[in-house]
Amino acid sequence: MNQDAIKELLYKMADDLLILGHRNSEWTGLGPILEEDIAFSSMAQDKIGQSQALFEILHSLGEQEPDIVAFMRNANQFHNSQFVELPNGEYDFSTIRHFLFDHADQLRFEMLSNSLFEPLAKLSRKIKGELKYHVFHANIWVTKLGNGNEESHSRMQNALNECWNFALGIFEESQFERQLIEEKIFEGEVELKKRWLENISGILEKANLKIPNTNTWQAINGGRQGKHTPNLQPLLDEMSEVFKIDASAEW
Amino acid sequence: MYGNAYIDPNEKSNSITDGEDIQKLNAFESRISNGEKIEPKDWMPKEYRKQLVRMIEQHAHSEIIGALPEGTWITRAPGFRRKLALMAKVQDEVGHAQLLYSAAETLGKSREAMINDLITGKSKYSNVFNYPAYTWADACIIAWLIDAGAIINQVANAKGSYGPYCRALDRICVEESFHLKYGHDNVVTLATGSKIQREMVQAALNRWWPPIMHFFGPSDKISLHTEILMKWKVKMATNDDMRQQFLNMYVPKIWDLGLTVPDSKLMKNNENKWEYTEPDWDEFKRVINGGGPCNAERLAVRRNAEERGRWVRQALLAKDSKYLIPLA
Repeated sequence: MNQDAIKELLYKMADDLLILGHRNSEWTGLGPILEEDIAFSSMAQDKIGQSQALFEILHSLGEQEPDIVAFMRNANQFHNSQFVELPNGEYDFSTIRHFLFDHADQLRFEMLSNSLFEPLAKLSRKIKGELKYHVFHANIWVTKLGNGNEESHSRMQNALNECWNFALGIFEESQFERQLIEEKIFEGEVELKKRWLENISGILEKANLKIPNTNTWQAINGGRQGKHTPNLQPLLDEMSEVFKIDASAEW
Repeated sequence: MYGNAYIDPNEKSNSITDGEDIQKLNAFESRISNGEKIEPKDWMPKEYRKQLVRMIEQHAHSEIIGALPEGTWITRAPGFRRKLALMAKVQDEVGHAQLLYSAAETLGKSREAMINDLITGKSKYSNVFNYPAYTWADACIIAWLIDAGAIINQVANAKGSYGPYCRALDRICVEESFHLKYGHDNVVTLATGSKIQREMVQAALNRWWPPIMHFFGPSDKISLHTEILMKWKVKMATNDDMRQQFLNMYVPKIWDLGLTVPDSKLMKNNENKWEYTEPDWDEFKRVINGGGPCNAERLAVRRNAEERGRWVRQALLAKDSKYLIPLA
């Protein structure tokens, strides 16, 4: 199997989860109701744990240890989509991002549970069970707030508009796309995006929210190749502030 | 975690049971002395309800405000293991607030009213959270020693008389005991680590020792008020007894790690009691009344969170919002 292709796939998935998990954890203590503080914290813990598991697979392929990889790289070495690094904004933005990202991630892990790269297939079968609950949570809140009152509806619609092109950036294709598909490691971003659109369309309709007009669609790419918004480096500086005091020490 | 509810020793006490039905009061007191629990719909004296609401509410506020100094370290926790553990710990604290607000609601005050009293400054929370957590080591000391103090307090209160509060505390204590292990493991790692790490943890202990000594509150003046609250099993132990218990359990552990407690008078006397420099109670009162280093910031953060989340809560209340069956 093409190791470079596998590594590229693992890095972008692990980085997405690490960065979004970090963002989700920023809601701790600040949610609109206590129950949502708790929910975002649970999802953050799952995501960080999932990213750690993916970094473990990378480590088994010869990359450095998860802590070193996660805490010692600079922004231009990260492969996450720009979408996940954006600041949390208000609860509308965070909820729409959670909805759009987790639907894609659930499908990604579902597809990968049949991967011929067995370590990833095995992990994916475990993770897709966790993601089921993230997607339930997102669906309930998007539907509830989309239909709540005028303010909540317009906030959610604005957030969806704001998120949309960034969300399309989740599906930025890798240079190894063809190899991944041919070797039956991953069915590819195009297929994932197609299924994602099918899944979210029904929920958004129930939520009374409209997907932006297709002629405005323009994926915000670059994240997968290390191009990021100015939001990522400060996040990483904060994340590694203590670790970098002495990266060789046990913390 | 939690700080001891502060009972003002100067509060008027002669009117505590004024106007209560003597027969009902006697029956209530004999149930408590028989070790029975009082439940939400049972008869209870007005003062009992008032004190419990105040105490449980303060406890709940302490949990959500306490999530702030530790929460700021979630995004900076060094390494996957610490990051995951701290997230889970702070999440537990928010969960405790949720449990406690529910317990207090059984006494007739809504969660919204309690949170409103918190952000307007009308009701208090534990004084320790008005101090800043400057470094990672501060967050570790909080997780170990503040949670240790909280456990002493909560284990005592869990034997109190009000059923819903006791049941919430039983569950909270189980979770807190994991926090204590987490905190201890962190402090051990730093205290046995590099020179920088050892200095960090000693400096954090020096900063947190005065708030820790304040934690259980000033010596209780023996007043009729305190006596009645103890008879009703609202207050379960004196502040000094709890402080002694804390010193007894934790000073040897601190010394074992090669750390120095910043109090040259700290020692056990011939009567097996700890002697220590009397904490600065004027400072304690100044901080409790809003003059601490972080009071304004903590309330501002909480107020801001409430304001930013208002539209979400209003949308949930919308009359015509559809009832949603979970999509499972």
